[in-house]
Parts: sequence; C-alpha cells; structure tokens
Amino acid sequence: MTTLVQEDQLTRPTYHEVTRDIVATLGRPSRMYYVLLGLVITVFAIGVVALLFQVRYGLGVAGYTPPVMWGVYIATFVFWVGIAHSGTLISAILYLFRSAWRTSVYRTAEAMTVFAVMTAGLFPLIHVGRIWYAYWLFPYPNQRQLWVNFKSPLLWDVFAVSTYFTVSTLFLIVGLIPDLAAVREKATGWRKKLYEITSLGWRGTDQQWRHYTRGYLYLAALATPLVLSVHSVVSWDFAMSIVPGWHATIFAPYFVAGAIYSGVAMVVTLLVPLRKVFKVERYITVEHFENLAKLLLLTGLIVGYAYAIEYFIAWYSGSPYERASFWNRAFGEYWWATWTMITCNGFLPLLLFSRKIRRSIPAMFVLSLFVNLGMWFERFVIIVVSLSFEYEPYAMGHYTPSWVEWAILAGSFAWFFMWFLLFAKNFPTVSITEVKEIIPMPRKERAHA
Amino acid sequence: MSAGAGGILASYVHVDAAADAIRALKAKGYRDFTVYTPVPNVEIAQAVRHRVSPVRLWTLLGGLTGCAAGFALTLWMSYDWPLVVGGRPIGSVIPYVVIAFELTILFGAGATILGLLFHSWRTKQTGPYDGRFTDDHIGIFVPCPVERRPDVEELLQASGAEEVRVET
Repeated sequence: MTTLVQEDQLTRPTYHEVTRDIVATLGRPSRMYYVLLGLVITVFAIGVVALLFQVRYGLGVAGYTPPVMWGVYIATFVFWVGIAHSGTLISAILYLFRSAWRTSVYRTAEAMTVFAVMTAGLFPLIHVGRIWYAYWLFPYPNQRQLWVNFKSPLLWDVFAVSTYFTVSTLFLIVGLIPDLAAVREKATGWRKKLYEITSLGWRGTDQQWRHYTRGYLYLAALATPLVLSVHSVVSWDFAMSIVPGWHATIFAPYFVAGAIYSGVAMVVTLLVPLRKVFKVERYITVEHFENLAKLLLLTGLIVGYAYAIEYFIAWYSGSPYERASFWNRAFGEYWWATWTMITCNGFLPLLLFSRKIRRSIPAMFVLSLFVNLGMWFERFVIIVVSLSFEYEPYAMGHYTPSWVEWAILAGSFAWFFMWFLLFAKNFPTVSITEVKEIIPMPRKERAHA
Repeated sequence: MSAGAGGILASYVHVDAAADAIRALKAKGYRDFTVYTPVPNVEIAQAVRHRVSPVRLWTLLGGLTGCAAGFALTLWMSYDWPLVVGGRPIGSVIPYVVIAFELTILFGAGATILGLLFHSWRTKQTGPYDGRFTDDHIGIFVPCPVERRPDVEELLQASGAEEVRVET
C-alpha cells in the first residue's frame, strides 16, 4: 500500500491504531445497516418465492424456448463465478508477487470470492429443475452401479467449482485467524466467545507463525493455478461444443480475463461504500482505487481485444455459420444486448487512460456498475444469442426471460449482498495483520535517534 | 517448555530490542523460550532461527495423493461401467487431467490445513500470555527455575524491555 509505506512516520498509523480502527468497524450496526439488510433479505425472499414457484410448476415457467435451453440461469452462473476470480487474484496472486497495496483490500475481495461462488453454485441446481436430484452430479455408489461421465465438461465444472469454493473458503478462514485473535482481545460478551472459538487459540507465538506463514504461502501457491483453471473449465462448457460462437480456442484466456475484469469491478463497487460507512479512508485510499483502475484497464483491454479477435476469426475462418452467428450478434434481434456489452466492456474502460478518472472515486464507482452490467450481458450474449442462431433456420428461435428468472437473478444479488453485510459487521473486512505487516515495527535505534 | 512452568515474561515495543534479547538468550544457552509477535517479522524469525516448517511436506503429499486419486477415480469408474461416449476410448486420460488437476489442488490445500493444525498443536507453547501481543507488543517468555530468574530478568531489562515480570 503506497501511502502507508511512504507516509511520514508521524502520520503513519501505529499498530495500536490499526487494531483500534479496524475493530471499530465491528461496533454496533447503524440503522442504515439494518435498513440495507432488511432490503436485501426482502429481495432474497422474492427470489426464493420465484424458485419455489418453479419447483412447484416445473422448468416450463422459465422462458426456455427451443433451441435456447440455457438462459439467464447459466449466464448468471458464469457471471458469479467470474466475480469470484478477482478476489483470488488480489488475495493469492498479488500475495505471491509481494504487492504491498493489496493488504487493505484483499480481505473484502476474498470474502467476495467466497460469497460469489456460493451464489454461482446455486444456479446449476436451479437450472437442472429438480433440485432434489442435484447430488446426481457427483460420483457416488448407487444401486444401478452407474458412474458420472468424466468426459463431459459439465462434470469438470462440478469438480472445478466445488474445489474452488472449498479452497477459497479455507484461504479466507486461515487469513482471518490472527485477526480474530486481535479482535478477541478487544471484544466483550457473546462476540468475545465467538472470536475465542474462531481464533483457534491463536497467540502469535514463534512456532505458530513458523507454520502459519508456510501454510499460507502454499495455500496461495495452490489457489493461483486454481483460479486460472476454474474459469477455463467454465469456458470449456461452451468451447467443447460445436455451437457457432462457442467453439473457439480463445475461450479460456478470454473468460479468465473477463472474470478478473468483472471481479475487480465488483471489488470497487463494494469498497466505495464500505470505506465510507466504516470510516476506513485512512487504509483504503485513492491509491488503491488507482491500482484497481489499472487492473480494470488491463483486463478491459484484453477483453476488448478478445471481442475483436472473435469477430476477426469468424470472418477469417471462412465458415458461413460462424460469420452468420457473429453478424446476428451485432445486427440481429439481440443487437441491443451485444452493443450494451461492447459499450460497457470495450469502450467505457478506455476512460481509465485518464489519471483524473482513475483517481476519482465517484467516477470509479459509476464505471464499476457499468462494467458489472456489461459483463452480465457478455454472458447473456455468448450463451443465449449463440444458441438462438445455430445451423438450421428451422432450429432458430427467440428466448425472452420470464419474471421467474428475473426474480431469481435479483434474489441472487440479494443473497450475495446479505452474506457480505453479515460478514462485514462480524469479521474484519480490512486485514489487521497484513496492514500492520507493511508498517515497519518501531525500532530502538530510530527512537533514540 | 512444560505447561505451567514459571519464568520471566518481558514485553517489548521495539523489534530490534526484542531481537537482541533473543540473540542474547540463545548465546546464554536458552532454547525453550516463546516469542509472541502481532505480525510475522523477518528480524525476529532470523534471531529465533527455526528450521523451515514441515507443513510443505503435507502440501506435497496431499497434492500427489490428489493427483493419483483423480486419475484412479476416473479410470476405475470408466472401466467399471464401460460406456462409449462420442467414440472416445473408455479410459480417456486427457479429459481426466482436469479432474486430476482439481483434486491435486483440493487434496493439497486440505493436507496443508491438516499439516498446519497438526504441527501447531505439536509445537504448542503454553506459557503466560498478554493480550497486547496480538496488538502492538512483542513478548518473550523464558521458563526458568527461581535461582536463574535474576540473571534472565537483568538480561531482558538490559536489552530494552518495556516491562519485565515474574510469572509463577
């Protein structure tokens, strides 16, 4: 974190101030907090009602129309898995690169990862219709002695997403342990009990740090290839098929870049209100937003390049089906979705070449909302528009999402924000230990000087 | 250090003072002391001079087990129910790499956590503790018999401890 490292010794926070300021974020929630929590729980309840309606009357209540049998649910699944990715990038990959600025923002990003995967994981279950048979996705000994088909990319996805959820949850919990010990010493009542249990007896002894630092390093090392693999595997759900618009070798890097892009945007969306509400402006500074803006710009340029290259390859392949599919994307009946995606993800991030915009927090917040919107539409375009316009004219169709799908989509956002709000008031959203780590410890020789 | 043993507990504000104290204790032949720090610190770690944690072996073994389990699971299940899909061989190693890769990571991470818990438990240090050690102070607890306490107390004071107290 540039500012804390470079700040003058007199203005730089002390270790005690770091603990005090971050523990203060866990204080009594304000009325606004309860209003927000009530709002997200209400929207979540609407999503649950819509889901129960679908369970009662079957998948017919979704807007699926042959040949479009993957719609909002799968687009939203890919969207949420993508959101998760930047959390691991910031917490694990930038950790391995010893990037100091990540320390103030990584906890928020990492919690976002876990809640985003929790949200994503609901959608394949909702999409299959009979949720109560979802365990069929896993290989388990059964009466008919059937096993799952390991050659299917859909099954690779089951393994990739469940591994991702497990590892990112473990990574979040391990990172929290020293912080919970610090909070434990300041807490009272039931919260003290909670932190005593969850800090697992942490006291910061030399032996504990010896094992902890190694363990954390290896978890980061394992999470790094994992994050790159998960969205590659998700992309192969599409790329392994022969649908025009899907069958492309660029899909894995294209999806990974897009995932990090949307995830960074969601980190910005979460951090802007968080730093204000929790009064942690001293720790999450304009420098952080500028660094996040640079990440957004880089990944946005990769995504923009991927959009362009997709069109180029469709033309260069000479395949009339590919050409027609991409022409349909831009000028067919879903042209509005395609141009929303291109504008939000391809053109708007170019504004980030301006230093003034990179350092403007309101501008970054607005931009992050547009990127989130654009990235959801990207998944909608890839999935729905490609399926609606395949090889045979008689197999072309139009899909319009039903109210059930929109309600479940809204409910998924509420579910995500509900977990985040609950987390933010009970666990430190800024890492106490890692913020301290980049502040030099006081030295006797310096004090005497 | 045996549980409940008495000794001297010192707290420090300055990291170099604590590192000096650790080096002086080592020079006098003390090995069985505990150092508490709010964050991992290179200077302290160099003074304590622990060997590299064996947690890495758990990661390696977990990863290798996961990889082997991934291939074993997919191949065995494929041959247990030999169904030709898309004209591909029954045991198709290339698609199974994905499963093996994911299980390598999953088992590697799980084993790392188990290793971390196991070794933290095995090398548990149960001396006296002060809540400031997770905030902004460094602590050193030296278990020692009554007759050696004045020497240890003097050594810790001389190195720049903010507070030194006897723990019984």
